[in-house]
Amino acid sequence: MSALTGALGDGAVVAKRNLIKIKRSPELLIFSTLQPIMFILLFAYVFGSAIGQDRTGVNYREFLIAGIFAQTVIFGATLTGAGLADDMKKGIIDRFRSLPMSRSAVLVGRTTSDVLNNVLVITVMSLTGLVVGWRIRTSFLEALAGFLLLLLFAYAISWVFAWIGLLVPSVEVVQSASFIVIFPMTFIANTFVPESGLPGPLRTVAEWNPVSSLTQAARELFGNVAADMPEPTAWPLQNPVLYTLIWSVLILVVFVPLAVRQYKRAASR
Amino acid sequence: MGAQVRARGLVKRYGDVVALDGLDLEVEEGTVLGLLGPNGAGKTTVVRVLTTLLEPDEGSAEVAGVDVLADPAAVRRQIGLSGQYAAVDEYLTGFENLDMIGRLYRLGRTRSRERARELLERFDLVEAGDRPLKGYSGGMRRRLDLAGALVAQPPVLFLDEPTTGLDPRSRSEMWDVIRELVRGGTTLLLTTQYLEEADLLADEIVVIDHGQAIAQGTADALKSQVGGERVEVVVDAAADLEQARSVLSGLATGEVVVDAHTRRLTAPVAGGGKVLVDALGRLDAAGIGVLDVALRRPTLDDVFLALTGRVTEEAAA
Repeated sequence: MSALTGALGDGAVVAKRNLIKIKRSPELLIFSTLQPIMFILLFAYVFGSAIGQDRTGVNYREFLIAGIFAQTVIFGATLTGAGLADDMKKGIIDRFRSLPMSRSAVLVGRTTSDVLNNVLVITVMSLTGLVVGWRIRTSFLEALAGFLLLLLFAYAISWVFAWIGLLVPSVEVVQSASFIVIFPMTFIANTFVPESGLPGPLRTVAEWNPVSSLTQAARELFGNVAADMPEPTAWPLQNPVLYTLIWSVLILVVFVPLAVRQYKRAASR
Repeated sequence: MGAQVRARGLVKRYGDVVALDGLDLEVEEGTVLGLLGPNGAGKTTVVRVLTTLLEPDEGSAEVAGVDVLADPAAVRRQIGLSGQYAAVDEYLTGFENLDMIGRLYRLGRTRSRERARELLERFDLVEAGDRPLKGYSGGMRRRLDLAGALVAQPPVLFLDEPTTGLDPRSRSEMWDVIRELVRGGTTLLLTTQYLEEADLLADEIVVIDHGQAIAQGTADALKSQVGGERVEVVVDAAADLEQARSVLSGLATGEVVVDAHTRRLTAPVAGGGKVLVDALGRLDAAGIGVLDVALRRPTLDDVFLALTGRVTEEAAA
């Protein structure tokens, strides 16, 4: 068996294990789907009442959905770190490391099952979005491309958290670390408010933040931008799909090897 | 017959802490080596080095004839490991846990399933086999974890404190399972904090402390070094101590030790319960009131005291 098919086969075994876990803990599933629903409702009705259509070009709820999608799939990607930290603590990583399995399989399996979890979350959010007035105004293929781009970027972020999850000692640390990183990353962006309204330096950060380009790309692919709004001035937002793809690849190129290396040296105690 | 496990001069440091300090070790094919030592002696570190989980700073090791440092992947195909904490997945059923391990050993779908069923049967987990582990007792989890180490029928097995934290009943069940395993000819390295356990299961015992082997031999050899069984008597009145000593000296195999502060006498004996009854009878005949009496078998603490002149940290605490 070649190294690659071996890694994929082992990865599938590990992914299946993680998915069974999701199935067997319905309470976790319920809360992890309720959370994005809550976010959509909160933002749509709380922010929506303060941010008028003159700022966003389209109905705020329509503007909001792509931003919420981006934030939620990125938070979903942090599960990777928490899951690995938990496996480390329970000695399960040690067991895996003592088996003649591929050295990257645990990470491949974990990141894969977390993408599938994100598919579920995006489905629930889309349905909720449709209920509060969000619509896809483009073709099926464009919308699909939008969803795939969201999942790809989240997948790349998963590998960052795979590395963090193996580096730090506990699930709690992963969770607080992810909060500190992900909150500013998803707020200093065009996710919830148009970047054009942000003050000087924040605006520049927002324009070059890949979360903004991801959101912008999704908005365009779902047809949630008004034709009469001015073109964004920054290059990343003018070429959001390309810019997001570049970031996704860069993150993977850096963090896949880092995470695999950390897995090989990981010592749980 | 050669050594299936061989370690030479293993050194592992964590900052200033020396976990292994030039440890040598050999386990002959088809035998059981008990690695005996208190918490923090370096037992787990040895197991982690030999199972490719940890690289030593110095030294070399071979498992099943394969150099652990040069070809860890080949070593992993020859070993099974069951760690100190049951490394089984809470949310999976017993069957799914074993099936997963089989797949990761690359046994293939059919063989993995067969093997999982076989092991559930052997470890008395058939009934619980299709339930998620959440409802398993500590003993059941340990048995499943051990079963996990046997999935690929590895020629060399490492068990790191397989019974630590188990209640006495689960512990003796676990011992039965391990003894049966050993009859099948598996080479086993077992770490334990309990002399009793090493005595029951191991052909040869290595006592380690501060990452060094401080004694090696069969259980009997170690025990004779320690002094075997002892009768301990606490007398009612301090005034009786001297007389009690001379009574006990009559049946002791060595010097009777008196601790005046606790009014305790300790007499090395041979012969088990009979000697205890005899001792009580003689004390009674001499009119000495006895507050407490016990027959003690040597423990790790005694081995330690005899070998190092100090007690283990747990015993001191």
